[in-house]
Amino acid sequence: MFNYILRRLLIALPSLLGISIVLFTVLALAPGDPFEDLANNPSVPPEVRMALRAQFGLDDPVWQRYWSWLTSMFKGDWGFSFVSRINVDQLIVQRIPVTLSVIGLSQLLAILVALPVGILAAAKPYSWFDRIASTLAFVGFSLPTFFTGVIFILFFSVYLDWFPIVYRSDLSATGWAWWWQQFKQSIMPITVLGLFQAGSLMRYVRSAVLDVIRLDYVTTARSKGLAERTVITKHVVRNALIPVVTLVALQMPAVFGGAIVTEQIFRIPGIGSLLIDAILRNDTPVIMAVTFVFSCLVIFFNLIADLLYGWLDPRISYK
Amino acid sequence: MAGLTPESATSDAAAVSRPRASTSPWAEVWRRFKRHRLAYWSLWLLGLMVLAVLLGPLFYKVGINDVDLKAGLKGPSQLHPFGSDDLGRDLLARMLYGGRISLAVGLAAMVMAITVGVTIGAIAGMARGWVDSLLMWLTDLFLSLPQLPLLLLLIFLFREPLKQAFGLEAGIFILIVAVIGGFRWMPVARLVRAQFFSLREKEFVEAARALGASTSRQVVRHILPNSMGPVIVAATIDVAAAIIAESTLSFLGLGFPPDIPTWGRILYDSRDYMDAALHWSLFPGMAIFLTVLTINFIGDGLRDALDPRRVL
Repeated sequence: MFNYILRRLLIALPSLLGISIVLFTVLALAPGDPFEDLANNPSVPPEVRMALRAQFGLDDPVWQRYWSWLTSMFKGDWGFSFVSRINVDQLIVQRIPVTLSVIGLSQLLAILVALPVGILAAAKPYSWFDRIASTLAFVGFSLPTFFTGVIFILFFSVYLDWFPIVYRSDLSATGWAWWWQQFKQSIMPITVLGLFQAGSLMRYVRSAVLDVIRLDYVTTARSKGLAERTVITKHVVRNALIPVVTLVALQMPAVFGGAIVTEQIFRIPGIGSLLIDAILRNDTPVIMAVTFVFSCLVIFFNLIADLLYGWLDPRISYK
Repeated sequence: MAGLTPESATSDAAAVSRPRASTSPWAEVWRRFKRHRLAYWSLWLLGLMVLAVLLGPLFYKVGINDVDLKAGLKGPSQLHPFGSDDLGRDLLARMLYGGRISLAVGLAAMVMAITVGVTIGAIAGMARGWVDSLLMWLTDLFLSLPQLPLLLLLIFLFREPLKQAFGLEAGIFILIVAVIGGFRWMPVARLVRAQFFSLREKEFVEAARALGASTSRQVVRHILPNSMGPVIVAATIDVAAAIIAESTLSFLGLGFPPDIPTWGRILYDSRDYMDAALHWSLFPGMAIFLTVLTINFIGDGLRDALDPRRVL
């Protein structure tokens, strides 16, 4: 197992490097000169501007600039946010727990909904339950999160007044009241994101279970007299989950995309809304850092999916 | 997404001597497609919406920017069938105009994603060896990129220069199509590669090879047409995904500029007036939802129809 983890880590490293190259290329290809303002300013002589360029390494060869950018990214030296007036790494450390909790809980909700529904639908394909569940799944992933979010706010916050419209990270309450308020303000974003994920996840689970349930070993399990329940949970589901794990990992980038939108709608102070704010205000260091953090998170979750894969399917580890 | 099994032998023969076949492969596909009721009715609904968006502005001649402050935020009425926004602009006219853009972006981004995906998948599938490894590494890399952040980053960096180079509307259109299409080709590439791997060893391709067909002829005449089934399904779903992506960008305020009313943009503008004018957010939201839903159902119907192993 240790060897397997090590191997996966070694595979993750090049993709992280690849992503950093993509990010840097985008940045380097982008038109515009950070010292453009100085060029238009008559009181700054061109020599000073040239000296500044040299000092910040803008005249160095590309690979050298990439290397210094990469090392500073890994050292956590991510620059200074012009808008928030603090270091970018501090800003991200403040904001990331909210994002991770929203994403994690909505994924949990999606799995809790999609697994049982998908398995039940596949156990009796083309039954009424299957038809209704499949249609609802289509509705689920065809409804864009920004539209469901708007409708949820209108219905539950404005009309029923059950939940607050704006997510606050500085709740004044303590103890149980804090948890209650936290629950009330998180339930809408988590539901919106979770149900969107549950739609496609349910389809994956259904088709994966359908693929497995027709195999001979399942018939064997049934014919030796095992209860249907045992056959499904012990024999079918574990094997059906193997492809599902891969598909969930492939969905991770889309999950982060959904999180950005949800954070924006419900005004959650996570790194997604930080990214949008930074883009609207031209805060380049923050934009770069958040994109980099998102990339690292995607790689990290892919790694976890790989490890889960190895646990679910022991054949993989010893290949 | 199961592959298309080699029904090619019959379909190729049908292409050569057409009149003999009683049902053409496409009639068979249509017959199977019609059995998927939701897909069949989705096709009608989507067709109606596309027609409305294409022909509507010819009959419904209300300007998208006719400001009438006195008629602002009014619900549906005879004068404004879909109501009006805060400046009293007619929502039906804006929706019809925006629908053209949303659909055009969806189609163009799909064409781009499919072209890139098929090309890369075909090259990887034919070349194999190190070329294949390199291209698949690239595909995996793109699959693990955080797409929306990168999309936003690219638009942030390249919006101004493209606007200057191609004009406001065209510049943003090119940019959005390029970035959405550029991030959606990977599944197609994998699909096409897998199809090529199995098809190139099939007897009919071997026969073509034995008869001296060049590699490009083998690909274009024999392998590619037979790997199109899953690609068509992926293409359908890509249109839906691209429409959602475009609306998302517009909804975040980073898509088309405010004076070009795409569906996502109308929804974005309506956010602050939700309680006062529900119709304003409901119509564009439903339009996006119905378009995406019908396209997804059609994709599902095509998947069933194009997979001959599937018994319906």
